[in-house]
Amino acid sequence: MTVTFKVNGKPATVDVPPDMPLLWVLRDVLDLKGTKFGCGAAQCGACTVQVRGVPTRSCVLPVSAVQGSEITTIEGLSSDGSHPLQRAWEELDVPQCGYCQAGQLMSAAALLAKKAQPSDADIDAAMDGNLCRCATYIRIRQAIHRAAAMKTNAADTSRFYDSGRSAP
Amino acid sequence: MSRPSTDVTGRFSRREFLLVSGIAGGGLLLATFLKPFGALEALGATPAAEFTPNAFIRITPDGIVTIIAQNPEIGQGVKTMLPMLIAEELDIDWKDVHVEQAPYDATKFNSQFAGGSRATPTHWLPMRRAGAAARVMLISAAAHKWGVPESECETASGVVHHRASGRALGYGALVEAAASVPAPDLKTLALKDARDFKIIGTKIRGVDTHAIVTGRPLYGIDITLPGMLYATFERCPVFGGKVANANLAEVRAQPGVRHAFVIDKGSVLGDPNGGGLDGFALDGVAIVADSWWQAKSARQKLRVSWSEGAGAKQSSAGFAASAAQLSTQPPQQTLHRDGDAETALRSAPKTVRAAYFYPFIAHATLEPQNCTAQFRNGKLELWAGTQFPEIGRGLIAKTLGIAENDITIHIMRGGGGFGRRLHSDFMLEAAWIAKAAGAPVKLLWTREDDIQHDFYRPAGWHYLAGAVDASGKLVAWRNHFVSFGEGKTFATSASMGPLEFPARFVPNFALEASVMPLALPTGYIRAPVSNGVAFATQSFIDELAHAAGKDPLQFRLDLLANVQPDKPAGGEAPRGQRGSDLDPARMRGVLELVAEKSGWGSRSLPRGSGMGIAFHYSHSGYFAEVVQARVSRAGKISVDKVWVAGDVGSDIINPLNAENQVQGSVLDGIAEALAQEITIERGRVVQSNFHDFHLLRLTQAPPVEVHFRKTRFEPTGIGEPA
Repeated sequence: MTVTFKVNGKPATVDVPPDMPLLWVLRDVLDLKGTKFGCGAAQCGACTVQVRGVPTRSCVLPVSAVQGSEITTIEGLSSDGSHPLQRAWEELDVPQCGYCQAGQLMSAAALLAKKAQPSDADIDAAMDGNLCRCATYIRIRQAIHRAAAMKTNAADTSRFYDSGRSAP
Repeated sequence: MSRPSTDVTGRFSRREFLLVSGIAGGGLLLATFLKPFGALEALGATPAAEFTPNAFIRITPDGIVTIIAQNPEIGQGVKTMLPMLIAEELDIDWKDVHVEQAPYDATKFNSQFAGGSRATPTHWLPMRRAGAAARVMLISAAAHKWGVPESECETASGVVHHRASGRALGYGALVEAAASVPAPDLKTLALKDARDFKIIGTKIRGVDTHAIVTGRPLYGIDITLPGMLYATFERCPVFGGKVANANLAEVRAQPGVRHAFVIDKGSVLGDPNGGGLDGFALDGVAIVADSWWQAKSARQKLRVSWSEGAGAKQSSAGFAASAAQLSTQPPQQTLHRDGDAETALRSAPKTVRAAYFYPFIAHATLEPQNCTAQFRNGKLELWAGTQFPEIGRGLIAKTLGIAENDITIHIMRGGGGFGRRLHSDFMLEAAWIAKAAGAPVKLLWTREDDIQHDFYRPAGWHYLAGAVDASGKLVAWRNHFVSFGEGKTFATSASMGPLEFPARFVPNFALEASVMPLALPTGYIRAPVSNGVAFATQSFIDELAHAAGKDPLQFRLDLLANVQPDKPAGGEAPRGQRGSDLDPARMRGVLELVAEKSGWGSRSLPRGSGMGIAFHYSHSGYFAEVVQARVSRAGKISVDKVWVAGDVGSDIINPLNAENQVQGSVLDGIAEALAQEITIERGRVVQSNFHDFHLLRLTQAPPVEVHFRKTRFEPTGIGEPA
């Protein structure tokens, strides 16, 4: 089946079985490896992407359901890590193993788009379905608050760059 | 790493950048720059313009310093921490450091594994010496160039200075000269005084954090090879079972399927119950297809009849009944005895008896097990998130009859480890399948595969009796530990050490054990043994404190002060046995610190809330914790706040990561204690995914306040003891 949709602003057309979940289309057909497989059952949130801005578990979403949709993945949150959430995640060094963090960021981005200054209760409601096996939750919460503060404070929006980086 | 460039942003990867700049600067540089990648050695250029004093450091004339991270990164921060140690003594600024993950290479690297919180104590000095050696060689090169004594030269931020003449040369300008300086004796190198540290002890972000938050490929699951096929593997739901027959023809007819075959390992791995870590691997049906989705879809059509074997008779309920029965019988063995616990229990004014149980649990790394394998011309290449590549290579070599030197293992970032990736079953499966399929294959487990085919933290039962005298002092402790094993041998991670606390601190002490057989693979989960034993031990100490009418903190301080005179204590005890070298002064230090930080005994609490205190010594680390918890009217327990005090020696190498590790450990413990259980019925694991095997959620994660007490001891690991 041919399905056409947009990923991170670019048109994509794929010819795959209609029941193939969007996750595997993104990862194995379009080579966007940032979205992760964790459970295959919408239980962990590692595969979260945004479909028309709504955080969605791509591991159980048949690709046929996204015909004509606009999909945003972690690769499209920003091209260079400049989204306030990505900067806050770096600043606080949220990740341990890092495997869940793309899903965490996509859920958090949808939250901030809806509510620029989320309360702890808002964060609880938006983020409770994203599991982190390393339990970096304390920093995830801090980083969402930090990103929200950045959005309203222009002085804080400078790029954060002071640590060593792994060679690509 | 030899994986292809995967930078999807359109920027040059480092390798491509060097290729381009190399061409601009001449073919000779090109070859020398690329030498570590092994790509262009055929050009025959000699590596003259690069300084690689050892396997860990590469400095090129442009001043770029690349530090090789040798150990597997699974979220514990070692890919950042080990290079920090090198950079500190090399005397360069962290911002100028590039970090590169090493493949497994026993000829270059020592102890290349992630386990036992060993990286810090093993590498604290060797990594620093590697950096210091390079620095000495760069100084020597500069001194020779300038015709001045080395003693008049110093370094700062990647530059050698001769202050007297005002001359300075960056490391990049010295690489050619330094390459011909003889390497110094590592043992005699002077290392920095801790007061001069500029990197150690500062908050350094993870070297992969940027790649993680931008979704770059990093993990084993992200690997793609040209012509790669995808595999799924069906194992017997009963551990140790084998395939009797399967409808392979029907599976082969499914869309995209290239191969479907039975794997029968025969006797090559030996008896799975014989103590081998991976004896349960293999035996099942492999399905190889053009995409993983097709392989997984075809697997739904697979029908297998299994020879389940004796394992099908075991169950969690059966284990519990056997444990209860064993507890009423004389213990099968005595692990340690001091004084006469039985007599003391009979004669003491106050006696407490209690039984503690903890269940099987799974590791449940969020990245399911996977491995990509390519077998070509008799050589095998593997890409895997593995904690112990050495074991994996040996197992594969033995099983597939490939020489160890013909197996290359690329260590990928692991999406969690917690001990699961100490095992190499998924690597062995991938290697077998790729060899049989004659194509590169990525084997990926489902979450159900992962939950139902783990090496589980063994369940354990502690039948405890303790007594306090009239003054409230602990005078007797007896633990009949019921576990799994055969004869005197415990199943993997199902043992206790003879000197487990409170051995050495109670005059009448008995640690006894009985075991029952188990046909289920068990393994090490973060702080193995400790994660169950600490719960039982510290909970029972609390019960005894209440019986003694003493404050739980004071009771513990008194207990730690009660070292038996004829028993070795502190650093004098023989190392190696669990608990044998517990230093009571260090434990008292963290207990007092956590009491102070938490306001122990002085904090006013809402109705229904209480505070608890506990400590534990493992992996050479001393930790004490205070929990503020609440019990609802319905009996539901929730934790509102945790205070932690830890002592892992003189330096917290990376405080930013150390705090994260401790918070993660504590929350992991809360999840284990309140939510997690693997149960067995008819030899099968009942749970299958995160709806019934529960990971902690954000709403269940209380604030965890972390404090460190720095002591004079050499630093030790932080991934497990908290």
